Amino acid sequence: MTAGSGQDDEPRTTSRPARPGTGDRPASAPSTFATARAILRKDLAIELRTKESVPAMTLFTVTVFVLFHFGLDRDTLEGDLASGVLWVTLLLAAVIGVSRLFATEREQGGIDGLLLAPVDRTALWLAKAAALFLYLTAVEVVALAAFAILLLGPDLLPALPVLALLLLAVNIGVAAIGALVSALAAETRAHELIVPLMLLPLVVPLLIAAASATEPLLRGDQGAEDLVRWLGLLTLYDVVFVLIAAAVFDFLLDD
Amino acid sequence: MFSRGIKPFAIAAAAMTAISLALVFFYAPLDADQGFIQKIFYVHVPLAIVALLGFVAGGIFGVMHLRSGDRAWDARSYVAIHISIIFGCAVLVTGAIWAKAAWGHWWLWDEPVLVSFLVVFLLYCVYYPLRFSIEDPDRQARYSSVFAIAAGAFVPINFAAVRMAEAFTHPRVLSQTGGSMPGEMRLTFIACIVAVTLLFVTLFKLELTAKNASAQLSRLRRALEPEAAA
Repeated sequence: MTAGSGQDDEPRTTSRPARPGTGDRPASAPSTFATARAILRKDLAIELRTKESVPAMTLFTVTVFVLFHFGLDRDTLEGDLASGVLWVTLLLAAVIGVSRLFATEREQGGIDGLLLAPVDRTALWLAKAAALFLYLTAVEVVALAAFAILLLGPDLLPALPVLALLLLAVNIGVAAIGALVSALAAETRAHELIVPLMLLPLVVPLLIAAASATEPLLRGDQGAEDLVRWLGLLTLYDVVFVLIAAAVFDFLLDD
Repeated sequence: MFSRGIKPFAIAAAAMTAISLALVFFYAPLDADQGFIQKIFYVHVPLAIVALLGFVAGGIFGVMHLRSGDRAWDARSYVAIHISIIFGCAVLVTGAIWAKAAWGHWWLWDEPVLVSFLVVFLLYCVYYPLRFSIEDPDRQARYSSVFAIAAGAFVPINFAAVRMAEAFTHPRVLSQTGGSMPGEMRLTFIACIVAVTLLFVTLFKLELTAKNASAQLSRLRRALEPEAAA
């Protein structure tokens, strides 16, 4: 995902005419990837010290599993019900991560510092998407274990390899679109309302593909019949939204 | 500048609506299965097609705005999405009425077009809170265009996903609008699409003109105000 967006971004940003401030970049400016790595390191350091997003998201998933236990009045889940509960919970937890993604930039004015730096703005999207991807992966490790212990009827282990593949594809899509939605909502007055309202419809195709592909895995039998088609849909979604987000993101920051 | 051609479009839209309504009620044959209620199809489907094209057009206008920096394109993007949302309400209402009359339920989850339309409609409803909670006009235009582009690209992907989810459980041999329509029905259907498209363009132009006029008015007011105060 990263190679394509970085390469075709470089010439476009430098050759855009009549935008003071971005054109006269010094020749020794760091590459998009180096900048993205630096911003990502900063975000991870903040997350490690404040422990804001990942613990909250993890706690949220476990709480929602408990809610589903009482709401459905079931001790164990399997098949379509298990798949739906798992994916809806993970996507709702992603909403928390997305709404906190630009929190330090918004609340403490960090965005001004980033905008004053003579670097490619797409790097900011790349770094935020990478951070969100890592948060989601960390949350899912704990959430899957909790789900297997608390709710899941059949054994999780045989389903795990395929499930990991699906989680990877979904995380890329959520990271790409989540970083864009977070930046869109960051400048609005009601950002905590806009993020869930905008993100949840946008991830419906991911939910359809992931939940349908997971359903046979969590039924106990190993019939992954339409897996290739669902993975194809997930990949298509990832490619389209990575490209779109990388292309339009710097327009959000041109001030 | 936006008002050019609005009168001929309005006349054409009115004439075409009258003609297509006449075709619907007096020319198109009654559907063998569903009888009279099937005629809501001539309103429901054209509205849905035009609304979806309007959403995609809003995305294309957004691209034009970001490329050119001309705020007029953002106004076009906004008005296209605005009218598509209004058409979208009509699509959901007529769809529910049709579903109730034909199948006995107000809502059917195994009707992929209706379901994906609902998801798209829910997404576009966020356009208003997003747009109107940004005060700086330049930023408002840019953020709205970015949303219009991302959402415009979402429309076809969402339709593919919902249709795939249905395709495995309910194989559909022929789509509702498929090639099996008899000639009279098809002619009426095409006339209805033309009428709804003309209606969309007329409303689009009307809304743009009104927006433009009120913006001009407030500009003039602001220009006059210091003199009045002095």
